[in-house]
Amino acid sequence: MPAPTTPKVPGTYIFDVADNGRAYALNRMLGSFKDPRNREMFSADEAAYCDAYKLNPEQKEAILQRDWNRMLDLGGSIFYVFKLAVMDKKSMQDLGGIFTGMTTEEFVAALKAGGRHFG
Amino acid sequence: MAEVIWGLATSHVPSIGAAMDNHKTEDAYWKPLFDGYAPARAWMAEHTPDVAIIVYNDHANAIDLAMMPTFAIGTADEYQVADEGWGPRNVPVVKGAPELSRHLLGSLVDDGFDMTVCQELEVDHGLTVPLSVYCPEPGDEWPCAVVPLLVNVIQYPQPTAARCLALGEALGKAIRSFPENIKVAVFGTGGMSHQLAGARAGLINEDFDRMFLKAIETDPESLAALSREDYVREAGSEGIEMIMWLIMRGALGSEISRVHDTYHVPASNTAAALALFENVAAKTTA
Ligand SMILES: [Fe+2]
Repeated sequence: MPAPTTPKVPGTYIFDVADNGRAYALNRMLGSFKDPRNREMFSADEAAYCDAYKLNPEQKEAILQRDWNRMLDLGGSIFYVFKLAVMDKKSMQDLGGIFTGMTTEEFVAALKAGGRHFG
Repeated sequence: MAEVIWGLATSHVPSIGAAMDNHKTEDAYWKPLFDGYAPARAWMAEHTPDVAIIVYNDHANAIDLAMMPTFAIGTADEYQVADEGWGPRNVPVVKGAPELSRHLLGSLVDDGFDMTVCQELEVDHGLTVPLSVYCPEPGDEWPCAVVPLLVNVIQYPQPTAARCLALGEALGKAIRSFPENIKVAVFGTGGMSHQLAGARAGLINEDFDRMFLKAIETDPESLAALSREDYVREAGSEGIEMIMWLIMRGALGSEISRVHDTYHVPASNTAAALALFENVAAKTTA
């Protein structure tokens, strides 16, 4: 019997064990931001902090450029990625706008109007 | 013997906690949600449990991606409130109920649910927000002890909905076999429909949510029959948290009555709901 595969749902990241494997260093670094000392160290020298956590060049670039979509494409888990967003004073609504090509205001308005609907 | 007196299903959105912490519950944005909670809170304040078993998931705080238990139970004397990246919530430390935890653990493992054991656990918004939904003004101390029960909902493969309902049934049996005469409440947390990332970010599926809110009382088996793909497709990548409600539901047993429910969109990026059920069987034997 073949191993069960992760479902595919269009427009949706389903974070799975394979993502955990390929993005382990990335998520591990993002998770380290629950410690305030790590938040300070990262802010003091972001590139060195990425290197200390052994991020590969793609992961490091996504972090330094704050390319939020790419962090997700590379296997970042939203709960880990969000810790960096908070350090940048970004809310989940700001990220929602970025993920959907809307301004934050448009995204917030869409939620207030009952949310976004699909099929 | 111990008894389950009620079950509370509630969303655990961090911003709901922040609205309480920052005194924004009367703001136009938040007032409808908190007004919806009021009748349930009043009823729960008259029916206080000794211990709350809170079924929730950690969000990259106490549990990292090095080890991801599918089901876990806390067995500690107390649980510190986690710094999730923006400082811990200013709420009391959570007192444990280690004797009950150990009893539940033994009973669950005997029943084939091989729980991971957490002797040290910092609890995040997934647990503290539901406590605040129950008790908005705890003062220096929460009004009850807590047993945390954790579920992996953030990394596929999550447990199936059917397995969650079965765990709940085993949990109910475990609670009822605890020899002390204590009153227990069971919280199922998370949901409702929401998706934080991807092109479908901001998804809300009110039809699915309302179907779920109804069926959780009358036909939980139909919800247990849904696949993980069904949950993600219909309720969003984070809406799959709703499988945790089935653990609460399983623990309550078959004779329940709905005390109150409320549904509101949005709580930041999420559809938020509360549903409170009384265990009628416990009432008649008390
Ligand atoms: Fe959650």
